[in-house]
Order: sequence, then structure tokens, then C-alpha cells
Amino acid sequence: MSRTASVEATDWLSRLRTEARARFDALGIPNPADENWRQTNVQAVAPFAATVAGPASVPAAALNALPLALAIPCRAVLVNGRFDETLSSLSGLPRGVRVTSLKTELAESPERSETHLGRAASVENAPFVALNTALFVDGIVVTVDAGVDAAVPLHIIHVALPGAAAAAIHARTLVIANDASQVTVVETFVALSTGKYMTNAVTEIIAEADARVTHIKIQAESLEAWHVATVAGHQARGAQIFSHNVSLGAALARNDIGSRLDGPGAACHLYGFYLVDGQQHVDNHTWLDHASPDCPSWEMYKGLLAGRSRAVFNGRIVVREGAQKTDAKQSNKNLILGDEATVFTRPQLVIHANDVKCTHGATIGRLDEESLFYLRTRGIGKDAARNVLIRAFADDVIDKIPVVAVREILVDTLHRRLERDFRGIEA
Amino acid sequence: MLKIENLHATVNGKEILKGIDLTVNAGEVHAIMGPNGSGKSTLAQVLAGRETYTITEGRILLEGKDLSGMQPEDRAREGVFLAFQYPVEIPGVGNVYFLKAALNAIRKHRGLDDLDAIDFLAYVREKMKVVEMDESFLNRSVNEGFSGGEKKRNEIFQMMVLDPKLAILDETDSGLDIDALKVVARGVNAMRSPKRAIIVVTHYQRLLDSIVPDHVHVLADGRIVRSGDRSLALELEKKGYAWIEEEVAR
Repeated sequence: MSRTASVEATDWLSRLRTEARARFDALGIPNPADENWRQTNVQAVAPFAATVAGPASVPAAALNALPLALAIPCRAVLVNGRFDETLSSLSGLPRGVRVTSLKTELAESPERSETHLGRAASVENAPFVALNTALFVDGIVVTVDAGVDAAVPLHIIHVALPGAAAAAIHARTLVIANDASQVTVVETFVALSTGKYMTNAVTEIIAEADARVTHIKIQAESLEAWHVATVAGHQARGAQIFSHNVSLGAALARNDIGSRLDGPGAACHLYGFYLVDGQQHVDNHTWLDHASPDCPSWEMYKGLLAGRSRAVFNGRIVVREGAQKTDAKQSNKNLILGDEATVFTRPQLVIHANDVKCTHGATIGRLDEESLFYLRTRGIGKDAARNVLIRAFADDVIDKIPVVAVREILVDTLHRRLERDFRGIEA
Repeated sequence: MLKIENLHATVNGKEILKGIDLTVNAGEVHAIMGPNGSGKSTLAQVLAGRETYTITEGRILLEGKDLSGMQPEDRAREGVFLAFQYPVEIPGVGNVYFLKAALNAIRKHRGLDDLDAIDFLAYVREKMKVVEMDESFLNRSVNEGFSGGEKKRNEIFQMMVLDPKLAILDETDSGLDIDALKVVARGVNAMRSPKRAIIVVTHYQRLLDSIVPDHVHVLADGRIVRSGDRSLALELEKKGYAWIEEEVAR
């Protein structure tokens, strides 16, 4: 009996992975001629994107020295994409909340993931999702039973330990929030040694009817990293997703973040904050697929750019036929601190229903000279005045993050970067 | 208190102030009047340290110390306060935070300790009463969503909190109804002190009914062309600025 089930499970999984591999082979690494990748050139990862970084071990002390490592008591740690039980701390989980290694889950009870894995993150036009699906060796599955409020946030820490040769880490996360459950998941991406590497992460969030999922992604990779990530939600009736996407590190970061509003009354909030300088490049492609009526969505992305950094924002909103009373609000605001920083921002609205409200707006600006002068005439020094205005710009999007520990670390990071890196970069 | 000597200032190479000489003693209120484009707002901005203007000649002495090369914040710490004609809205920066940062920066310069939160609030509340500001103002962002009158009252309130040696009011009366004007005037009059000099820049004599100046100067084409007492303001009210401009041209 169990043997039969296992064979069937292996069947669906191997089919999923084989098809994904074929899909990647057909698509290849995107080049700038591809509409979705026009501003972001990832050709540099082509030689090693389809490799798999080897296992590595991290001393607990090295991990715990990171400010975020101990901020949240419940944590699951992956090193180079593999679950590390000794570094993880999952004893305090409430009843009805399971956090397991994806590898273990697929070996022991694959039927639990069968309907969900690959459901939210399509490989169709997504070469990196296809590659992740074909090559992931492990990951994390978070399951919250119906009606359960997970109450405490769960922290998934993705640690990269690059080796001598550049390789890719294909981490996979699956969050399944059953009917009327609630959960907050924080995913942090860091590196604990030097060296070039690529993170190719995929997170799928299945929010069943009336579930509420908060997902906070903190990308603090090393400046030698390429970071490509997909966060894809699938929301049933009345489900809510709050996504917070914080991008601080990596030489190049690309996020594809969005959700399908697949039941009436589902609501999605997408918040983003990026802080880049030097030669950093950050690209946020967001998408909202309004497939049902009466669904609101809110989107607010804000970025601070110093040095010669570049930011791309592409906000796609699709309102499908029949998705009446859709109410979608999108905004992207950029504050440029460096003389040579560049921003590309674009809303992309595709509307097939007639009774909808969609608003969007984008700004790219510098610190307001009038405001600076006003503050300075009150005795506030030039640097302090500048920092006050930068904080004021960033605060509203940071304040949306509901986990206090994360917010505090973020404010602290912003402070340190304003003090060190950003000062003097501005001409 | 303030001594301006042969002050010339340009913006984008165009000379706006063409040799201003002005002495304002402690305890005095001087009104600077003049037609639009005469340079009176420029003078106010130059005194506060606006970087868009370049001082090409002359000096600005506050108690003997030359301000002309100083940053705006250093001037403020030395005791200069400019009440803006158009106060700036700064979303996301709370009034309390802003005022405290400003006050403590100035106190530090004066060798005083920071005020703690309780003393600060007590100090601020006392000043708010004079300009009839509601305490809810403190929790709002600087000038954000304030009406014209509220913004001007906020300027006077900030002036009271920061306790400057030299206060410059740039067209504080513009856009105010008569009631708001009275409140603003009461605030300014409360600030009159033998230890402070006040300059009131205005186009109309209306404000000077409530804030009675000791001296009145008329600015035209970047120069002070007439100085006198209050009666000069009344004369301008009656005859307008045209006669002065004609006289200067002659």
C-alpha cells in the first residue's frame, strides 16, 4: 500500500522535474532581448547557473554573530540550499504548525506536497523557476493547519558558503496556509564567506480560504553574489498575503514577486524596500493576477540609490475577465542620492474587466533642497538634515513590516549605511 | 545686534542686492518694505544663508561675528531665525522630533545640555498656548496638511521655541486672515525683548498696525532708498510704491 503511494509520488515528482529541466533547456538564460530582462543582464551566470553548490557546514557561532540570526527564536537554517538540523531551532512551534526539510517531506510523505509544489510558481516563461524546480536538493516546507494561528514568526535563514568555483544554490520554500490559518515567515539570505555564487530561490505561498500569510524577505547577500528569486502566491477566497521584500545586498538582485488572486475577496499587499550603492543592480518585477472579483491589492515599492547603482521596477497588474470591482493601487518611489544612479520604472496594466479601479504612480527624485534648507535654518546640521529626510522617505515602507525585531535591525542597517557608505558618495 | 555693511548678492550672476547698509539694535523692530522684486525676500534669504545666492561684497555682522561665510545651520546656532514666507511641508518628519533636534542642536552650541522629554514637552506646550496651537500639531509631520494660517503660526511657534537673537519674518502676513494675523502678531510681540532684534519683511503696512516697528526701511531695486519711522509705512499705504520708484529713477 505505502509502496504504491511512494511510487506514484516519485512519478509526479520526477515528471515535474524532468519537465522543468526541459523547459529550462528550451528557454535558456534570458538575454537582454527578452522583454522581461531588458534592463537586467544575467548572462554572467550562464556558465554556472545549472550547477548545484556542494554541501558545507557552518559553525553556530559564525551564524549567530549575524544580527538577524537570533532575532527570531524559531528558525530553520539552510546551508547552500540544504537543511541543517543542528543549526535550526524548531522546538517552540505551536501545535498545528509543521516546519520540515523539503527533502525529508518528499521522501517520507510526498503526497502532502503533490498538489502544491509548482502550483504558484509556474515554469512556463520563467527559466530560473524551471531551473530551481529541476535542481533543488532541499528546501523548507511550512504547513499550518486549518484555523491555526502560528502566532510566532518563523525564520528561514539561507546561508551561502561559496566554494572556490562559482556555483548556484537552488533553495525552495513552500508555505501552505490552510483555511483560516495565520502565519508569518521571514526568509533571510546571507553569505558567510567570500567568493562568487548565485542564489536561485523560489518560494511558493499557498494561502487557502481566509488564510493570512505574511512573508518577509530580506536579501542581504554578499556583494559578490547574483541573487535571483521568485516569490509566488496563490490565494483562495478571502485569503490575504502581505509580502515585504527588502533588498540590501548582492551585486545583482532580481525578484519576481506576485500573487494570483484566485478567489473573491482575496487581498494582496506587496511592499518593497531597496537600498543600493556602488555598482549594485536591483530589479523588482512584481505581478498581481486579479483572477476573481472583489479583490483589492496594494503595492508600494521604495528605493534609495547611491553611487552608480541601478534599480528597475516593473509592476505588472493583470485584471482578468470577470474580475469586477478589482481595486489595485501601485506606487514606486525612488530617492536618488548618487549622481550616477539610474532608475527604470514601469507600470504594466492589462485590464480585461470594465468595473475596476487601478491606480499607479512612480517618482524618481533627489532630496528636496527646500526641505534641506528649512531644516538647516533651524540649526540641524547638513548631514543630520539629509539623514532625517532619507529616514522620512524610507520609514513608511519599513514601518509596514510587522515583526519588530526585523524592523529594528533594518532601521539600524539603514543608519549604519547612511553614516558610512552613503556619506561622501553624494557629490 | 545686526550690522549689514555694503551687502551685494547675486543669483545666477544677476545682482539682486546692490549695497545694503542696515543696523538693527537689540530691542528694536525694523520693518523692511518695498514693491515686488525689490529684493526684500532675497535679503531675508541671504541673511539665513540660502546657498542659491552668492554674496559678492559686504558683510553681515551679528554681535560682531561675520555670518556671511557661514552655513545656514551655523547661523541658526548663532541665533538667526527666518520665518519662511512659504514654510516647507516635510512628510514623515514629526514636529516633535524636528523641534527637539533643532532645539538641542542650538542648545548644544550654547553650551547647554539636551532637554529631556518631559522638560521639552513642558517648554513647548507653554509656547503653543501663545500662538493658540493645538497639541495635536506636535504629532503631525512638519507643516504637512497645514492650512496657510497654521503654517505661519507654526513658524512663530518655532521662533518662540528656538529663542533667536535675530528673528527675520519674511512676509509672515501674506495669506493670513485678520484673526490669524492677530494671533501671529501676538506671538511676535511676545518675543519683543531688549535682547533680541526683529526684522519684519512685508509688502503691506497691515501687519505693522499690530507689530509696531521702531524703524521702517523701503527697499527698491536692491537698495534701501528711504528710512524713517512708522509714519513712512503709513505714507506708503496711502501713496503706494510708485512715487518712490519714480523718485529713485530720477
